[in-house]
Amino acid sequence: MGMAAEPQFHVLAVDDSLIDRKLIERLLKTSSYQVTTVDSGTKALEFLGLQGDDKQSQNQPSVSPDIQQEVDVNLIITDYCMPGMTGYDLLKKVKFMKDELNTDVCELCLEEGAEEFFLKPVRLSDVNRLKPHMLRARYGQQRQDLLHECQKPEPKPERRQQQCEQKQPETKSEKWQQQCEHQPETKPEQWQQLCEQPPEPIQQQQQQQQQQQQYEQPVLDLEHQTEQQQQNDNKRKSIDEGLSPDRTRPRLNGIRRRVYSQGESIVDGTGISDINPEM
Amino acid sequence: MEVSEMQRQFVEYSQSLFREGYLDSQFTQLQQLQDESNPDFVMEVVTLFFEDSERLIRDLTCALDQQIVDFKTVDAHVHQLKGSSSSIGAQRVKNACVEFRNFCEEQNADACRACLQQVNQEYFLVKSKLQTLFTMEQQIVAAGGSIPIMD
Repeated sequence: MGMAAEPQFHVLAVDDSLIDRKLIERLLKTSSYQVTTVDSGTKALEFLGLQGDDKQSQNQPSVSPDIQQEVDVNLIITDYCMPGMTGYDLLKKVKFMKDELNTDVCELCLEEGAEEFFLKPVRLSDVNRLKPHMLRARYGQQRQDLLHECQKPEPKPERRQQQCEQKQPETKSEKWQQQCEHQPETKPEQWQQLCEQPPEPIQQQQQQQQQQQQYEQPVLDLEHQTEQQQQNDNKRKSIDEGLSPDRTRPRLNGIRRRVYSQGESIVDGTGISDINPEM
Repeated sequence: MEVSEMQRQFVEYSQSLFREGYLDSQFTQLQQLQDESNPDFVMEVVTLFFEDSERLIRDLTCALDQQIVDFKTVDAHVHQLKGSSSSIGAQRVKNACVEFRNFCEEQNADACRACLQQVNQEYFLVKSKLQTLFTMEQQIVAAGGSIPIMD
């Protein structure tokens, strides 16, 4: 077996059984893959440098991948049934953490069902933005539509179109595409699979929010001040503005931010659960 | 004994192990992964299997000896043994484990103990046969011959 001319693909195999690790290692090596085996999901995360909140792995393995730049592992093969973390748990963690490193955590949470987010320090204008969510929750879409109708200025299809198109590259599906396409040497089948499933509803939601932000002549008193303040305060805009390339989104270990737990709307009658320790 | 005779006996013995169901096609897979750069691959994996299985059988014996049997633990051990026997092609051990797991699910302690005996028996049978096979291989190599490749 000679050395491959191209850089080898690197596979990380996770299995608690020593026999199965040995077998998979040998099988993969017959295809000239570079193979690393670990016996647990936890070790896999350590190896990938995705352990917990600390992106710097405590015990660096012999090969230290830097996820931020070039991913060292091209494919992860994992057993499902393992003590502690199952293969499914591992997949979720890896996917989520990789998302967090490459994507805005706020976008991620929005995808998981958060209705909206705002940045700290929280102000009155933020609180005022809660009303439409609560109204919608209570009265359904009808009332919300009514509000929108009142707020709508003269139709400006061109501008709105422009805004939407400008923002298009920032939507999630494109981001997935970008992630996959920009790193040809890191084109694992698993990531490919993930790439092909952009969350459809969220894109619509994003676009809706984008459109909402463009209404310049709010008529209804409820939204009036809120809209004005938002227009004036560029630093504290919500997701649509945040999508613009010149704005840095809050990262995992950075600026104070509010994160909503999975599937939880920021307003649903049960209150906003604040899980940010910095608050 | 001449090398050709050794090789013939080796082939015959191998075939009987497959015919009698001690080994299945997964074992052939292991053999196909062995080559000049990995000449001891099968023996290494099988040795790991021996160690792993004996540990599991000990743990199972202990678990089933308890006053109150923890079937979840028993099942977990059997599951592991089933996995490893399957991975090396020890078919009869694997089949015994399948039956064993059914009784774990039923939480039938007596039946589980009977199954453990069966698993134990099958394991030591296949261990003995594989060791014989390896010995035959070593004798062929020592005599300057090559090990016949099984289909």
